[in-house]
Amino acid sequence: MTTTTPRDTNPMDATPTDTSNVADRDKARRWQQGGSEPLLKVRDLRVTFQRQGQEPFEAVQGVSFDVHPGQTVGLVGESGCGKSVTSLAIMGLLPARGNKVTGTVDYEGTNLLDLSDQQMRDKRGKDIAMVFQDPLSSLNPVIPIGLQVTEVLERHRGMSRKAATPVARDLLDRVGIPDPDRRLKDYPHQLSGGMRQRALIAIALACQPRLLIADEPTTALDVTIQAQILALLKELVEDTGTALVMITHDLGVVAGLCDEVNVLYGGRIVERGERHDLFAQPRHPYTHGLLASIPRLDAPRGQRLNPIPGSVSDNLPWTSACAFAPRCSQPIEVCTQKMPELVEQHQRALRCFNPVEANR
Amino acid sequence: MLRFIVRRLVQMVGVMVVLSLLLFLWLRALPGGTVSAILGERATPASRAAMEEAFGLDQPVHIQYFKFVGRVLQGDFGPSTSVLPGTDALDIFLQRFPATIELSFFAMVIAIALGIPLGYFAARRRATFFDNASVIVSLVGVAVPVFFLGFLLKYIFAIKLGWLPVSGRQDGQLEATRVTGFFVLDGLLTREFDASWDALKHLVLPSITLASVPFAVIFRITRAAVLEVLDEDYIRTAESKGLTAKVIRGRHILRNAMLPVTTTIGLQLGALLAGAVLTERVFSWGGLGEALALSFERRDYPVLQVVILAAAMIYVIVNLLVDIMYAVIDPRVRTR
Repeated sequence: MTTTTPRDTNPMDATPTDTSNVADRDKARRWQQGGSEPLLKVRDLRVTFQRQGQEPFEAVQGVSFDVHPGQTVGLVGESGCGKSVTSLAIMGLLPARGNKVTGTVDYEGTNLLDLSDQQMRDKRGKDIAMVFQDPLSSLNPVIPIGLQVTEVLERHRGMSRKAATPVARDLLDRVGIPDPDRRLKDYPHQLSGGMRQRALIAIALACQPRLLIADEPTTALDVTIQAQILALLKELVEDTGTALVMITHDLGVVAGLCDEVNVLYGGRIVERGERHDLFAQPRHPYTHGLLASIPRLDAPRGQRLNPIPGSVSDNLPWTSACAFAPRCSQPIEVCTQKMPELVEQHQRALRCFNPVEANR
Repeated sequence: MLRFIVRRLVQMVGVMVVLSLLLFLWLRALPGGTVSAILGERATPASRAAMEEAFGLDQPVHIQYFKFVGRVLQGDFGPSTSVLPGTDALDIFLQRFPATIELSFFAMVIAIALGIPLGYFAARRRATFFDNASVIVSLVGVAVPVFFLGFLLKYIFAIKLGWLPVSGRQDGQLEATRVTGFFVLDGLLTREFDASWDALKHLVLPSITLASVPFAVIFRITRAAVLEVLDEDYIRTAESKGLTAKVIRGRHILRNAMLPVTTTIGLQLGALLAGAVLTERVFSWGGLGEALALSFERRDYPVLQVVILAAAMIYVIVNLLVDIMYAVIDPRVRTR
């Protein structure tokens, strides 16, 4: 199979029509109404950095979300909102020293946080895999691409290297790397950026994991390549039924790929919703600001850009206020007095005292 | 790969020409000179002139150089003037070289066998008691003067406790058969195992003494390199693949960390082979280091020339080997 196969549901080359819209919503409703058990249930996940001589810093402050089989869930937010730390905590990739992880990460009934190092090694790469941001630095520079693929198969499938090589070849072919036989012997520096990311995806999907976590998989790539990689990811997760957790700061990626979107701010989820609902009616001022800050080509000439003022360093502590209040476009008095709770309603979740009016 | 090696060999010839020229001029520029060294302060002008003519020292410097190069290419460095008067300088070198190789080899084995694993574990247990303790030990290794460490070890283990021999390479009473000049190997080849055992016992203290500096350097470089590699994204990728700790250590961490360590080992090995002057003197080892010191003190130009030229050549060859190793480990070097 090649990546150029046209797919009617591919949002990268087709604008969503009303019918696909309705289909997506139906799918979302099915997941929400418990049509299937969630594959991954994250509950009250907290990650605290404890560095010597420094105040402990809680980077993730009680994040909860579900991922159903075959579902694509987005974790969106700007740098420092805790989205990458969340993914590393799920994978058990945070160093034990200096980091405290609490809560539960329930994967098919097993709390991953309770597993030993050895048990977690058996799961990683086999049941849960990850694709990283920078494909050049994420590949070992002194090992051929082929071995970087086959070593996963050797580890989890118990294959010999010889038996794993044709499988690796097919995987490279599958992710759209031309001349895969030659590429098996190539080293990362001999591949282009897009091909390296394809190789990383091949490595992650080698053992057909049920859950794939992609941490900003397109950020380091050219715009044209970004679209190709996103299309490839979408095609692969749809073909294999792999659930995908997409971590990104790029709302364009979310729009094209995710069934459900979680917006993070300051280590907490501030808004969650089905993709179309969320984009059509952002309720949290932060989500609203993120959407409004995307420059539009069809904006009138001379119109100013709409950035969200300030930066994450202006945050108030969540314990006694809304962290976003200092940057908010419409704060009210209570925003700086206590923390808003995440309230679930009509398949949306919102953490705000003064949400943006619906249908504004 | 082959082209890479050939290119480096050609470069090596150039290096040797420049080196021989520098060496020749430098030796001629030294005050004193052979004639004074042999004849003493009170030599008459006539006897000096006769001596100079005998050694060809009366001719212009460039003629002397070309004659020197011509002889060197034929392996003729002339007879030793004062270390072992009359003996061929090259023979003195060839006779002593195995002693230095044997000592350097064992010292390097100790330094690598301790330095790389300890460096790795110190990095993995960064900022723990083990890490801090081994960093201090390695600092001591560099800071303590080699001759002091040598005398200390000798005093404790040879003189006070009597566990090990005081000096030399082998007990002369054994009258061991010589084959290669490497005493441990000779004993194995001739099945005179007691001779091998005795040579090994003689090697313990000098090789530990000589290993102190390279061990400390290899340890520190390994530790730093492993720390750097541990921070790399590809180690996180390897962990995300669920690979075993063993595969991650060998294939992903150490293979990348070995790049700077290889360079360090090469430089240290070159330094050891070129003669460990202090260690060899403390233990009367009879290797190149001793020959270098003696020939320098007594202005024995022929011996000095052989030893320095050989040392330079060893350095260049070791560096070539390091570069080849580098290309073997790192594909990015190969394609350049």
